[in-house]
Amino acid sequence: MIQFDAVHKRFPNGTTAVHDLSLEMPEGGVTVLVGSSGCGKTTTLRMVNRMVDPTSGTIRVGGRDVLEQDAAELRRSIGYVIQQSGLFPHRTVLDNIATVPLLLGWGRRKARARAGELLETVGLTAEAGKRYPHQLSGGQQQRVGVARALAADPPVLLMDEPFGAVDPVVRTQLQDELLRLQKELSKTIVFVTHDVDEAVRLGDRIAIFRTGGHLVQCAAPAELLARPADDFVADFLGAERGLKLLSLTTLADVPQAPAPEGGTWELVLDEARRPQAWRTEDAEIPVRPLRDTDSLLAALNESIASPTALVARVDADGVLTGVTSRAEIHEHAGETHSAHSTAGAAV
Amino acid sequence: MYELFKNLGDWLVSGEQWSGSDGIGHRLAEHLQYSLLATLVAAAIALPLGLLIGHTGRGAFLAINLASFGRALPTVGLVVLVFLASGLSMWPVYVALVALAVPAIVTNTYAGMTAVDPDVKDAARGQGMRWHQVLFQVELPLALPLIMTGLRLALIQVVATATIAAYVSFGGLGRYVFDGLAQRDLVQVLGGAVLVAVVAVALDLALSALQRALFRHRPA
Repeated sequence: MIQFDAVHKRFPNGTTAVHDLSLEMPEGGVTVLVGSSGCGKTTTLRMVNRMVDPTSGTIRVGGRDVLEQDAAELRRSIGYVIQQSGLFPHRTVLDNIATVPLLLGWGRRKARARAGELLETVGLTAEAGKRYPHQLSGGQQQRVGVARALAADPPVLLMDEPFGAVDPVVRTQLQDELLRLQKELSKTIVFVTHDVDEAVRLGDRIAIFRTGGHLVQCAAPAELLARPADDFVADFLGAERGLKLLSLTTLADVPQAPAPEGGTWELVLDEARRPQAWRTEDAEIPVRPLRDTDSLLAALNESIASPTALVARVDADGVLTGVTSRAEIHEHAGETHSAHSTAGAAV
Repeated sequence: MYELFKNLGDWLVSGEQWSGSDGIGHRLAEHLQYSLLATLVAAAIALPLGLLIGHTGRGAFLAINLASFGRALPTVGLVVLVFLASGLSMWPVYVALVALAVPAIVTNTYAGMTAVDPDVKDAARGQGMRWHQVLFQVELPLALPLIMTGLRLALIQVVATATIAAYVSFGGLGRYVFDGLAQRDLVQVLGGAVLVAVVAVALDLALSALQRALFRHRPA
């Protein structure tokens, strides 16, 4: 667990980067720090591994005050990933990943063996290990950056806009990979971004900062979206925050009915009973079937695109299990929203 | 004109001109000895200075101005000045040559250090490297191409200028230039000048090739 207690940071030029911050980042969870530039989110992250020291207040990692620890040793025990990956251009990918193990004195052979394992963990080939960073794509470089941070298996990972410089498709891939890794590794992650969608996707808790280094609200994504503390938070989350909330709820609890027989539109299945398309006499519209793990937002979107206002539901193998109507989805969307809102009001 | 070049050619290739303590071979060895020693001493002074300024980011203003001052210093004037102070010795030659080489090495080392991507330095610190580890494992290797360029430039300048050793009665290829001038022997003057130029260009090409070979893995 990471604890901030009444932390202030004022830089020598007089600007206050962080103002009276008290915050707990739970162990094994992803805490996302969001806010526009200059709000103090990066400074907050950098105070955890003493890249910046606070002007006053205390920061504890795993119960120990960071200021009482040797900065270099503290940093070796905390993974650190930055936006432009910051890989060492003169070292091979493998040696880049082996950085912290080598600093810890593991010896070259053991450090390289560990680096080799990590290449696989982050989805790179062994061959990539022999290359130099500039020979990799931006997305691959970020994977190497993550591997380097994980090399000594630190309990805490600091990620400063790690996916900010890659294109949206690759960013989504990297986010998926991070979620997959996090399921396996359960690190305590502090993640800085200015992208609300990224925060909602990755965060177990989201801390929203306002210019001047003020923490405005820190809550689970659903709670934040349903009940923003003030207009600033509401504005920051954007006009579609209701829809974003739907992206957090799955279809699992939404009932389904048997697929209709007859009617103008017919649901076409293949031999394995996998939905293919909606068909009439003179038209065919492809169907995108949904699983229980898909979000209400995806269901709403599909129900709007569907000519029958019905969404085809399938099991894990893609076999049709039933359909759900647009009206049903609407109803559940409304319930989700009010459930989150009222649950909060009671607290 | 043709006559002059023919005589120059004869001078450069005649066997007797190359042998003996007055021969080209010996003068070339002296010349290289002055140049290498002066560049080495200059590097010993300038490299730590450039690295320190580059790493800390402090004293850059002072260093750059000292370097410009060093460049503006007239070498012959410096030789005469030190000669007057120290009398007949190699000191004037070495002081002048070192003063000539230091600015090129300091400015290139500093430039190499400041050209290191700040994100890379931040990452190095963030992984837990101590200051000397950041310096020697990250900054220095990354600044090395520019540092080597500085050393190369310094050496070439020193080789071209080491003729001044002969001005204060010592050896080196400058002997031919100054003796030739005194004797109004144009062939000898030209011969000396050509030799200095050839040595300088040859060193430059050899060191450039070495640099390319060493840093072939680096991004362009």
